[in-house]
Amino acid sequence: MMSGLDAIFDPLGFPFFVRALAASALVGLVCAVVGSYMVLRGLAFMGDALSHSAFPGVVAAYLLKGPFYLGAAVAAVATALAIGWVTRRGQLRGDTAIGVLFAGMFAAGVFLFSLIPNYVGDLFGFLFGEILGIGVGDLIALTALSVVVLGVVAVLWKEFLYSTFDPLGAEAAGLPVVRLDYLFLALIALTIVISLQAVGIILVVAMLVTPAATAQLVSQSFGRLVSIAIAIGVICPVIGLYASYWLNSATGATIVLVETAVFVVALVASRTPTLARANQRPAA
Amino acid sequence: MIEPPVSQEVGELDGSGGSAAAPAIELRGVTAGYGGRTALEDVSLEIARGSLLAVFGPNGGGKTTLLKLIAGVLRPWTGTVDTLGVRAGDAARRIAYVPQAELVDWSFPITVWNVAMMGRFARLGPFHQPSKADRDAVTTALERVGMIDASRTQIGRLSGGQRRRAFLARAIAAEPELYLLDEPVTGVDVPTQEDLMTLLTIEAEAGRTVVATTHDLPAVSRHFRQVVAVNRQIVASGTADLVRDADVLARTYGGHLLVIGERAVLLDDAHHHDSASGSERHFHDQGQG
Repeated sequence: MMSGLDAIFDPLGFPFFVRALAASALVGLVCAVVGSYMVLRGLAFMGDALSHSAFPGVVAAYLLKGPFYLGAAVAAVATALAIGWVTRRGQLRGDTAIGVLFAGMFAAGVFLFSLIPNYVGDLFGFLFGEILGIGVGDLIALTALSVVVLGVVAVLWKEFLYSTFDPLGAEAAGLPVVRLDYLFLALIALTIVISLQAVGIILVVAMLVTPAATAQLVSQSFGRLVSIAIAIGVICPVIGLYASYWLNSATGATIVLVETAVFVVALVASRTPTLARANQRPAA
Repeated sequence: MIEPPVSQEVGELDGSGGSAAAPAIELRGVTAGYGGRTALEDVSLEIARGSLLAVFGPNGGGKTTLLKLIAGVLRPWTGTVDTLGVRAGDAARRIAYVPQAELVDWSFPITVWNVAMMGRFARLGPFHQPSKADRDAVTTALERVGMIDASRTQIGRLSGGQRRRAFLARAIAAEPELYLLDEPVTGVDVPTQEDLMTLLTIEAEAGRTVVATTHDLPAVSRHFRQVVAVNRQIVASGTADLVRDADVLARTYGGHLLVIGERAVLLDDAHHHDSASGSERHFHDQGQG
């Protein structure tokens, strides 16, 4: 019978597992930070749209033998800016613009994919995640992109918070609200690129939205929201990774299921009278 | 058929002592709106520094549009808007704008303290974190509006009056030269209304300019010094007595005003939806208590 410590330390003997742990925790951190602003801006659907939009970029990068990060980033950022531009023109509602553009981009990805003569396993990895196959080079690229995204948020956290909470007041106070909106869309796109290898195109939105949504259930201040989202975003992938190792289950899906389970617990707990009252108490 | 606006001198309360000859706000021939819809037509208006001015008029009459033009967040189709001596929008760091309560997401996870701290964000700029000077300014602002004890409360837990106090604290913390307030005293309790108007009067006496939209005509004559009556155009501008002028009221509100002796009763003062609201988030949570 295996002891608990063995269960924790056994997999650490495999370098691929250690790389996967580092990558998934980092992805969870970046997703939690960006996701916190995203849920408050009502952009959950946008996250789903942008991840699907990255697909043609990934396939094109494969066909051209270029780095998939670059292909995914170009496709997702271009789509983010296009959605922002179409919405700002005012003829269409935001969700309409998102629906049209993301379906079109995903179709372009499937179309390109269908031109590849033979079955290509790598591409299925991008749909559903393949974090156990992450290499040292991938880990370095992922870290560099994470530093960029977290750096931008560290510099502009106040500006993003103000323009999220009260865009009119922020613009009147002189903040470049339109440019901040576009920049934030670009940050979502980059975060999705960072997350693709971990959980895949279909499930990225969960990494972005679920930790922040869970934190929102139990938070009365923005600082607390981000802190709790980060804790959930970093811990859940680690638990999910171990679970998938021992259950031999799909890694990305297992991580997302762990996050969803935590969300359900928070949802039930925040509706029970005791915790609700604790949350109600205005701190002195 | 449009009658010429009633106009009085609005400049007597110039708190800057006359050396700064430029008015706080100057609109010349401004026409503006949203999409293809005109909200204000050929508006010319001067507001002196140190004014304590109420903008009143019917729903959809262009009150909020006027504030947005002055703030520089809405560009006029024609004409020019100068604010604090420069083109509207260029003086943003010297302006504090308080939106209508129903445009605020009261479920947002943010405390009273951080709402007030936002008043400091624009002047801080990127890379800079709030310093002791900023925290002192926020503390002072929250003390002045009587909200220091609630500084760690999430905003959705506040009463309607406390919510307006919190947002006024944000404006005060910004230390602006010009306050633009959209319906600051609508639907709040009488003590809050008195407190907020006392604070704004002090700000105006210190030479800062206060421009507020309101539905509350009794409050206008009680608390403001100057008024502008707006209904697609400037119907009248002058001292606060104008809100008791039956002719001005009739022309501002059209057939929606019932005048009985000295008292005027508004018939269209229903739920307020400004003409600009099509693209904006709207929140109908009425607060607690």
